[in-house]
Amino acid sequence: MKKYLLKRLVMAVVTIWAIITITFLLMHSVPGNPFRAENKMPKVVYENLLKKYGLDRPLSEQYFIYLGKIVRGDFGDSMKSRVETVNDMIERGFPVSAHIGLQALIIALCFGPALGAVAALNQNKWPDYFSMILAILGISVPSFIMGTVFIQFIARNVSWLPIGGWGEFRHSLLPSLALAFLPMAQIARLMRSSMLEVLNQDYIKTAKSKGISKATVVLRHAVRNAILPVVSILGTVASNLLVGSFVIEKIFGIPGLGMFFVMSISNRDYPLIMGTTIFYAIVLITLLLLVDLAYMMIDPRIKLTKEGR
Amino acid sequence: MKAEYNFSPDLFTVAAKEDRNKEKIHRPSIRYWPDVWRRLKMNHLAMTGLGLIILFSILAFVGTEINGFKYFEQNYELINVHPDSVHWFGTDELGRDLFTRVWYGTRYSLFIGVMAAFIDFAIGVLYGGIAGVTSRRIDSVMMRIAEVIYSIPYLLVVILISVVFSSAGQGSSLFVMIFAMTLTSWVPMAILVRGQVLQLKESEYALASESLGADKSWILRKHIIPNTLGPILVNVTLSIPRAIFAEATLSFLGLGIQAPRSSLGALANDGLAGLPVGNAYQILIPAIFISLTMFAFNVLGDGLRDALDPRLRK
Amino acid sequence: MENVLEVRDLKISFQTFFGEVEAVRGISFNVGKKETVAIVGESGCGKSVTASGIMQLLPMPPAFFKGGEIIFNGENLLKKSEKEMQGIRGNKISMVFQDPMTSLNPTMKIGKQIVEGLVKHHKMSRDQAENKAIEMLKLVAVPQPEKRINQYPHEFSGGMRQRVMIALAMACNPQLLIADEPTTALDVTVQAQILELMKKLQDQLEMSIILITHDLGIVADMSDRVVVMYAGQIVETGLTDEIFANPKHPYTRKLLASVPRLDMSKDEPLYSIDGTPPDLYIPPKGCSFYDRCTEAMKVCKEHLPELDEHSATHLSRCWLNHPMANKANSMGGGEK
Repeated sequence: MKKYLLKRLVMAVVTIWAIITITFLLMHSVPGNPFRAENKMPKVVYENLLKKYGLDRPLSEQYFIYLGKIVRGDFGDSMKSRVETVNDMIERGFPVSAHIGLQALIIALCFGPALGAVAALNQNKWPDYFSMILAILGISVPSFIMGTVFIQFIARNVSWLPIGGWGEFRHSLLPSLALAFLPMAQIARLMRSSMLEVLNQDYIKTAKSKGISKATVVLRHAVRNAILPVVSILGTVASNLLVGSFVIEKIFGIPGLGMFFVMSISNRDYPLIMGTTIFYAIVLITLLLLVDLAYMMIDPRIKLTKEGR
Repeated sequence: MKAEYNFSPDLFTVAAKEDRNKEKIHRPSIRYWPDVWRRLKMNHLAMTGLGLIILFSILAFVGTEINGFKYFEQNYELINVHPDSVHWFGTDELGRDLFTRVWYGTRYSLFIGVMAAFIDFAIGVLYGGIAGVTSRRIDSVMMRIAEVIYSIPYLLVVILISVVFSSAGQGSSLFVMIFAMTLTSWVPMAILVRGQVLQLKESEYALASESLGADKSWILRKHIIPNTLGPILVNVTLSIPRAIFAEATLSFLGLGIQAPRSSLGALANDGLAGLPVGNAYQILIPAIFISLTMFAFNVLGDGLRDALDPRLRK
Repeated sequence: MENVLEVRDLKISFQTFFGEVEAVRGISFNVGKKETVAIVGESGCGKSVTASGIMQLLPMPPAFFKGGEIIFNGENLLKKSEKEMQGIRGNKISMVFQDPMTSLNPTMKIGKQIVEGLVKHHKMSRDQAENKAIEMLKLVAVPQPEKRINQYPHEFSGGMRQRVMIALAMACNPQLLIADEPTTALDVTVQAQILELMKKLQDQLEMSIILITHDLGIVADMSDRVVVMYAGQIVETGLTDEIFANPKHPYTRKLLASVPRLDMSKDEPLYSIDGTPPDLYIPPKGCSFYDRCTEAMKVCKEHLPELDEHSATHLSRCWLNHPMANKANSMGGGEK
């Protein structure tokens, strides 16, 4: 088990390193550099700027300096904002993004498994059709459309729910709902198929043969086993939430990290793009690792096979 | 004992051997692909999806020619016209006909989806096939690499690549976009193919074939590929909406196709500006078409998966 | 003898896309107190459907009861509500399944799985039920039961899991145990232990057993009476001695002939029955064994024979029992 954990940890570090390297190389392969665009710049100022950002040194040297900074948790400076560093922006934006993301995750985790389980228990009847059409819609309607529809048809008609902005709970409600739709649908679909499989297992027949009530069979025996695959995709779910947040924050005008990221893209603020990308990658890969750990904790079978190695 | 019957003694002579059929197959035998098609046809949702895909594919080419406007044609006297009998879907803020632009955008979105799926398929089958057939060590190295690539967040990569290459001023970033999308998304296909190949490699008929002197490429072509076709088909069908989704998101973030060309995602992005000023149709119409397209591919993929699964055979 | 269970003209069908499959076509048999009745036949003959049918554990739909009665302690189980059936399942009638590797919940400690039925049927407290579970595990000879109840199924070997299944099935002291191929998935040495255990517990707990199997060796060892099923019907039934000493139906004879024996010479090929059972989408009009029977007569094709009595306990369904058959055959039939 310890060996397996160590292996996973090493893999995660390798992946993060790969991402840093790829991002770095990509950003430095852009023809010219960001200051060329502002062509009216006096030569001295231009050279000073290059010096300030270390762009005058050889690429390999820049790379190791950057790597060292990342290891120390320094994601660099923004080129457009002269006041805030990337770390400042992460500090300001990430809690907001995390708030919406977590709220969406909670919504998805409350309704997704329930919808899937109800669908499986009523296979080919109307609750099944209802949940699955909802789920198909959830994976077919991109979150930016969901957000727009919410603004157009809910926020405009319900004065209590604002169209955008940030500050109170009511500001976060519609964005997190819009964000929750896709993961909820994914979870519901997975839950349905895994539930159908579990319901056909011999041990469900055993449970029924004990004479315990149907509800007990479903809750104690079927759901407990069917939810395991759902846990294993939580990493993917988190990843989707993250990307969804770029779009949702743009639509609702929420000052989260996603909005900074989108802004950095349109401003071509390379250090900021690089910093946020790497930050996101680290967050996601850590999440994936945590999900794996959680999965090992709740499935008793895994522990043994790993220990047995 | 059985007085009620009045049998002739002849009935109690031995029955002709030819009259009895020990191996009689009582059910009509069902061939695999026709049966898959039959089950798919019974799935109304999947057939709706297939119908929509065919309809949209046709309209993606003819739809731009129907009401006599060009996708780039601007008319400053008729800007932000709500849908009416001339401009069926209305016009945008530059007075361009949205009906024509929607089908033009559909053409782009479908093209990107199909191309991305095709490239995923090609790389995935090649990589997965090689990993499955070669030695265990090369296989495990190849799979480690694939795992690392796959744990890089998909859209983050797409965004990054698009940022870098669209700034190079190449004009159309269509191929950049397809390149960015397929950079990591072939991995599930490769893992799927490898798994199937490994499973089939150990199976008896491949062994039988090998013992008859067939070489590996023969086994790959004649045994393994035909048998992995089903799951691959499902995966391809489902990777089309993923690419369309990615493209739409990218365009929505302003990283997609450059005007006057457009995709459904870019149309939605343009339409977002119309939302606060009461022109919601400008975003809702492309939104509906993105959703319908994704819906069509998703239900078709689901239907295919169900139809291909012999365990669900009724 | 007092009957615990009487199955009368039971018919079970499955509704499928191609039409109705008549899996069980009118079978009747009794199970007496403390008696072991074996139901034998090839796979697909309807024996497992019968077993699950008695417990009403078939998925409905597609399965449905087309007719007949299942009388348990004088009451028709088919007339009972689902709630009433829950009170009987695991309490009065229990079941042990074929594959111990898959019939225990992989994510639940085995102690908890045994306790479930006890808490429900005997209204025991957790502690009482846990003590009873330990006692049951002792009874089925699982070593260190106090420790074992806190383990998960994957920590047990196949034989041990089947012991746990038996402990689970017997925890509430049922009157009838239905064992659906309980040893098929186990090693031969473990098979004997499990069967021995079942016999021992049957004596101690005074229960009846329906043993579903295709292994005639187990039948000879375990059962008092035998029911031979073919294509959803009973083709022969009788006391175990009667069936083994004097099989009347050609199918029974062939089943017996296909058991390998020690006195066979090495060169002698193993006997097997050619062909496959009929498809029950279109059940044959006459005798269902007609197509594979080497002694078939013309009458067998179109007319279904009835169950004829050879003794009070021994019945078989074959036209060879008919007085005219002997005459015709002695006139000089014979296959070859």
